[in-house]
Order: sequence, then structure tokens, then C-alpha cells
Amino acid sequence: MIQLKFDQKVCASCRSADCLLKCQYMTFSGHKEAHGEMMKVMKGKDSRVLTECVTCYACEEYCTRGNHPFYLISEKREEKGMFTAPRPITTQWKNMTQMQGKCLVGNVKDTALSCCYLPELGQLGTGEIFKDVASAGVFGAEFMCPAVHSHFARMSVIKERLPIVIENYRKLGVKEVICMHDECYGTLTSIASAYGMEVPFKPVYYLDFVLQRLKELKDKIKPLGITVAYQRSCSNRLIPDKLPVVKKIFKLIGVKAPKRLYQDENALCCAEILRSVSGYKLADDVQKRNIDDMLAVGAEYCVFNCPACQTSLSEKVVKQGLKPVHIIDLCKMAIGEKEREAVS
Amino acid sequence: MSDIRKSLVDIVGERGVSDAPEELWFYSRDPGVLAPHRPDYVVAPKTTEEVQKIVQLAGRENIPVVPMGNGMSLAGLVIPLKGGIVLDMKRMNKILEVNHMARYVVVEGGTSQGALKAYLQKNHPTLRHSIPDAPSTTTIAANVSLHGQGRLTNQYGFNSDMVTGLEVVLPTGEICRIGSPSIGPYWISKGPTLPDLSGLFLGWLGCTGVITKVGLKLYPNKKIRDAELFVTDRVDLIPHILYKLTHLEMLEDINVWFQPKPLMFMGNYHITVFFTGDTEEEVEFKRKMVWDCLQEYMDSKDGGFMSIQYMKSMLLEMPGRNIADFADVPKGGGFEYSGPIAPIEHFPQYAAKVVELAAKYNVLYASTARLISGGHSMMYSISFAFNRSDTAMMERVEQALTEATAFALDMGGIPWKPNFKEQKMTLEKMEPNARKLLLMIKKNLDPQGIMNPGNWEVNS
Ligand SMILES: Cc1cc2nc3c(=O)[nH]c(=O)nc-3n(C[C@H](O)[C@H](O)[C@H](O)COP(=O)(O)OP(=O)(O)OC[C@H]3O[C@@H](n4cnc5c(N)ncnc54)[C@H](O)[C@@H]3O)c2cc1C
Ligand code: SF4
Ligand code: SF4
Repeated sequence: MIQLKFDQKVCASCRSADCLLKCQYMTFSGHKEAHGEMMKVMKGKDSRVLTECVTCYACEEYCTRGNHPFYLISEKREEKGMFTAPRPITTQWKNMTQMQGKCLVGNVKDTALSCCYLPELGQLGTGEIFKDVASAGVFGAEFMCPAVHSHFARMSVIKERLPIVIENYRKLGVKEVICMHDECYGTLTSIASAYGMEVPFKPVYYLDFVLQRLKELKDKIKPLGITVAYQRSCSNRLIPDKLPVVKKIFKLIGVKAPKRLYQDENALCCAEILRSVSGYKLADDVQKRNIDDMLAVGAEYCVFNCPACQTSLSEKVVKQGLKPVHIIDLCKMAIGEKEREAVS
Repeated sequence: MSDIRKSLVDIVGERGVSDAPEELWFYSRDPGVLAPHRPDYVVAPKTTEEVQKIVQLAGRENIPVVPMGNGMSLAGLVIPLKGGIVLDMKRMNKILEVNHMARYVVVEGGTSQGALKAYLQKNHPTLRHSIPDAPSTTTIAANVSLHGQGRLTNQYGFNSDMVTGLEVVLPTGEICRIGSPSIGPYWISKGPTLPDLSGLFLGWLGCTGVITKVGLKLYPNKKIRDAELFVTDRVDLIPHILYKLTHLEMLEDINVWFQPKPLMFMGNYHITVFFTGDTEEEVEFKRKMVWDCLQEYMDSKDGGFMSIQYMKSMLLEMPGRNIADFADVPKGGGFEYSGPIAPIEHFPQYAAKVVELAAKYNVLYASTARLISGGHSMMYSISFAFNRSDTAMMERVEQALTEATAFALDMGGIPWKPNFKEQKMTLEKMEPNARKLLLMIKKNLDPQGIMNPGNWEVNS
């Protein structure tokens, strides 16, 4: 049976309890209380964490001792029959992402370009940067990373579907899968490893791929000379080691991303899931603080790395005079493939 | 050339008359499941006087006249059940007057919803009318003839409640103005404070005369429209949720729908809530009111708001097209719905009935209810899709719809735009003196029974 590998001893002896002390949505009086609550979660006892956690994923990054506090919280919630979001929303996500044999598979050989279940990713994965892999796209629920169900405390769906997704890739005979979505890369690395699932191919983080390609296309790059604010996605918390790649790309294409209050470990998510889980008051507050912060550093563009975040925030940032753009489109602008006006 | 054809050509000209087989084939049918029946002539008048002459001719020759807008009622209401003349009103498509301050419009009897919408957008952007989700080519006069409902029905009642006056050609050929235009130049009231004669025509499905002009109320067209989508898996909660939403007294429209496909909609009931505002603040205020009023269901995890950014433009389309998309799910592009008007507290029973009927007759269902007048009632559509080339499937759909109507009548509902069979079922259920009154009215208005015969046939 697939089970979460969670080292209770590591937690028991933890002197930081950073997972909860750094949480942006719950406050604790200090280490003792935070650690105590985590112990309760671990032991399957009732804890306010189980009702108050808004599923931002960040504690996966805050715990630097190799444990997976967020996956654990989600497991325990499900064990207790708890729901984070309303039940019909939880069901809807499960139904919406069900495999129905309607996937699209391109000309896949050693490499597949994973477009998850997000059609926008197929459009992004084109042009000079992706010219050698664009035709190798795969898309559909059969190739979708099921991490989203952790927002709804339904780790059972992940445990049931992820092995099938991995098997579907294996059947393609690929050596590597370029993940166009942080969530996919996070699933195939962080979640798969936390649950002891073997991944028989190499997951490649798409921004690593983009960075490499930009280096190869260096001659074509015309520095953009613009100021941006970067919208970190929740799933980037599963792969914090990949955060520096964004900065390297910005540097290469001549983009300034001034230091913000809400960035890196302190970043705010797009908050759309918070809307489902906690209601509009928290979501509106988070989005407002986030956008105000972008404006405060003089950003002209809001740069996304996740189409879902982009859908959630685009209208709102536009209303505040910022231009929403996916990081790939930004790179396409830098190599002259995309007009500045064409981004949306 | 027959005498009748020649007389018709004399009235409307050669281009306005046809008895060509291919045209008669087209005018024999509508997109629903009822069997076609051939007319003898199709005539397309351009003026009230032409309509008058056609009706007088039909009276002399004792042949039926079936007024037709776009033929999209789906209930076979323009199928000439007893042959005769199909009176295609679409050439009478002028927008005659907009009284901006009094917020009404006067249109000819064949003016389409789309034409009025476009005209207002261009010339009176602060005004709008209650657009139904029917195709834009459907007509305003037909819509009020069948008591249609549209985007503003939750706020202001059936679209026929929004009529501000009529011009009608009676079955005996007289041209008659109804309401305030019978007294003076203003089209401000269809009845009050006079005895309300508009009821002799509204809802009569063209059986009591031909509407040649309609005055219609217009309403403020706010700058911004927005929507929220609430979902729950507990059907028993729907009436309570609707009660709370209507208590807010500020929503443009409320639709409740459920369908088994695509999978993302399976197992849940969806309530689309539309609201408008002139400023972002107004819209945000209304949005918060909507969320706050349903907070208890979110707390109990029984319901919540769906993220709709990616489908918002589709939800905000007017007319909405999702129901037409549904028609193509079984391929072959057909669908028909029975749309009883019922109290909202009966939602759970109607919902169960749709599913039961779909299973019993092996057809695909979708269901949408629209709230009427702030929740006094709802139009509950029981829709089934079918493949037009599959006659067996079409028969099953017809049986399912008939059973749905019988169920609605048992539940104390009133069928909306009933086909001729459902009209008979309704008349049988009707209190005898009310039925007698209908008969009296129909007989007096149309003594020869030439107007859309086969429909509202009280005397048969
Ligand atoms: C996808 C779809 C969605 C729909 N959604 C809605 C909706 O949201 N709301 C709604 O109300 N309806 C809806 N309908 C049903 C229907 O299309 C509308 O009610 C529409 O207004 C009918 O207009 P029509 O011109 O096609 O009428 P027709 O079918 O041509 O006529 C309907 C009736 O009116 C009579 N009639 C027509 N013109 C005159 C006239 N000038 N004088 C006297 N009698 C006349 C006809 O004899 C007939 O009995 C929908 C239909 C479809 C296909
Ligand atoms: S999850 Fe990590 S940070 Fe939290 S208590 Fe355990 S070891 Fe410490
Ligand atoms: S997922 Fe986010 S909200 Fe939940 S405990 Fe972790 S950091 Fe806090």
C-alpha cells in the first residue's frame, strides 16, 4: 500500500517547528505551541491546524528536515473525514480531472513535453525555445499531476492516480519528461518521493530547460529593461530549490525584479484556492496585499509561472495597471518572438 | 395559379408568397420532436394592413392562419396542424420608437431579440430589454405570445409582464390597439388602469390574433455585469438557498442547473447568480452580499462558490449558448424541453423526476430553472437532447416530455409553452368554469377558429 513516509522521530526532536511558526495563516505563541500542535497532528489527535490550515503548501518549504508537514496534515484530515473546501467543490475537482481516455499524445520519443491538463501550456511550449520538443507534447487527465487534490485533503486521489500517470509516461518509453508546470515537477519529485513511488524517467523542470535554451539563444536576446513582480505559485513550495532559476532567467533577459515584501519564503499565493477554502475575505485580503506590494516596487508587469495563477489574478492586476505575462512569454519577448503588446 | 395564391400575391407581392415544395417542407416543422405538417402557403407580410388583408382573406376562405416568428419554441407551436397559411412575420422588423425617458420601445410584430439588442447597444446604451436565452433571431412578439422569460425576469416578471401596449389584427380582421396606445400616443401601459385586454393575446400562442406592434419596457443597462456560481450536492437545500438569494433583492437573474455531462458538473447542483453595477464598488458590494448570505452553507461544507474565471465570458453571454451546446451531446443537434412554472419549494421533486425520466426513456437530460419575480415561482426546464436522425430516440423524448408535463400538472405547476397535446392535458385539469371562460373568449374573438387551429382548442 502506498503510504506517506514521515519520520516521526525527526519531528519529535525538532527544535525549530518552522513548518507552523512560519505559516502565514496561523499564529502560534512560540515553538512550544507550534511543535505541540504538529505533534498532535502526527499522532492523529485533533488540532486546530486541521481546521485552520488554508493549504498554501508553504510548510513543505519551511520544513528543512526532510519531512512533509503539509502532506501529513492532508492525510490526517482525510483520515478524519474532514473537508477543506466545501464538499461539492471537492467532488467537482475529482470529477473534472478524471481520466476518460481523451488525452493527446504528440510525436514522443525520448522526451515528452508535459502540458498537464492545462491547454495554455501547449501554446506556451512553442517557438524557438521549444522548437525541438514542441511536437512531443502530451496533454490530458492521463498525464495530469494530481497534486491539486491535496488542497482538498484528498491524498487518496493522489495515491490512486499518480501511479497511473507515472505508468502512462512509462508506457510512452520516455527517458525524460519536461514538466511545464511547477505542480507536475513537484508531484513527480516531492510527492512521488514522499510516498515512495518510483519514477522511471527523469523529470525536467521547464525553467531549467528554458534557461538552458536562453543561454543557447544568447545572441538573440535583447534585454527587456523592464521592472517586474514575480508571482510565485503554491506548487513552487514543493520544489524550493528551483526558485533561483527564475532569478537567473530574469538576469539573462534584462528584467529587474526589485525586492518585495512578499517574495521567496514570504511570497503570497494567488489565493484562488483560499477563496474556496476560507472565503472571499481572506482571499481578497491576500490578493490586495500582494498586488499593492507589486505596485509598491514599481513593477510594470506581473510575471506568472502557472496558468492557473494567471487566470486567477490577471483581471485584478490589469485593473491596477499591471500587465500580466507568463514567464515563457516574457522570454519570447526577449528573443523578439512576441510583441510586448501581445501579452495578456 | 389558385385563387388564394393570386389573392395573396395581390396583397404582399410575388416575393412575399410561396407554395414551393421545398419552402413548405421547411415551414412544416420546427426543431422539436413533434411530427411535421405541411402548410398550403407561406406568406411574409410587411405591414399591418397586409396582415389585415391576409387575415380577412383567410376568414373569407375559411383557412387557417399560423403566425410565426422564428419558429424556435421547440414545442411545435408554428407547425400548421391543420394546414393553411403560415404567416412569417420576420419582414415586419422595424424598431418604431424608443422613449428614452419613459424607458420603453415599440417594435413591429416580427422584430427579433438580436435586432433590438443591437439597436439599443448602439443608440441607447443605458437601456436594455429582458433577453431570453433563445437564439437572437427569435422574435419579441412571439416571446410575449408564449409568456417567455429572459435575463430580467427574476427582477421584473415574465417578459409578457413587461409589455406596455399592443397593436393586434383580430381574427375577424379589425386592427385594434390595446392599453394606453388605444387612448393616446404613449405606450406606457398594457392595461392598468383600464380593464386589461392584453390578456386576450398574451399567452394565447397566436390563437386570438396577430400581434403587429409591441410596446416593451426597457430597463437600466448598468455598465458592468458579473456572475458567481454556487454549487451544492444537497438538492434539499436549493429552495432555501434561492430564498436567501432572492431576499437580497438585488440580483439580475438566478438560474439553477444540473447535468451529468461533462463530468465536472456531475453530482452537483449549480446556481448561477448574475448581478450588475455601474462601478466596481457596486459590483463588489453585491458580490459580497451574495457570498455572505450563503456563508452558512460554506461553513457546513454543503456548498461553495466555484472558481469561474475561465468560463465567465461564456456565462455572461446573452443569449447564453450552453443549452444549445447540450443539444449536440448525443450528436444530431436536437433538444426539447418542457418548462413548467412551479413553486421553488418543489425543486427537489422536479430534479428527481428529470433523472428518473432520463433513465426510464434512456435519453440524456439537462435541467435549468430560472427564477421568476424574485422567487414567486420558477420556470423548471426538463430538457432532453436527441439525435434528429434517430426517430426512436425522438419518440422516447416525446414520451418523456409528456410524462414530465403530467407530473408538473399533478404537482400543481402550469406548463409553459405547452404543445397541443400538453394544452389538452392542461385544459382537462383546469377548473371547468375557467375552461368555459376561455372557450367564450376564444369563440368570440375567433368565431371561425382560423387562428393557429389545433392550439388552445377549448371547443374540441
Ligand atoms: C436554445 C434555446 C433557448 C431558449 N431559451 C429561452 C429562454 O430563455 N426564454 C424563453 O422565453 N424562451 C426560450 N426558448 C424558447 C423560444 O425560442 C423562445 O420563447 C422564443 O421567444 C420564441 O420565439 P420565436 O420567434 O421563435 O417563436 P415562434 O416559435 O415562431 O412562435 C411562438 C408562438 O408565438 C406565436 N406568434 C409568433 N409571432 C406572433 C405574432 N406576431 N402574433 C401572435 N402570435 C405570434 C406563434 O404562433 C407560436 O404560437 C429557447 C429556445 C431555444 C432553442
Ligand atoms: S514538519 Fe519539519 S519543521 Fe515541522 S516539526 Fe516536523 S521536522 Fe520540524
Ligand atoms: S499549508 Fe500553508 S496554511 Fe497550511 S499549515 Fe502549511 S503553511 Fe500553514
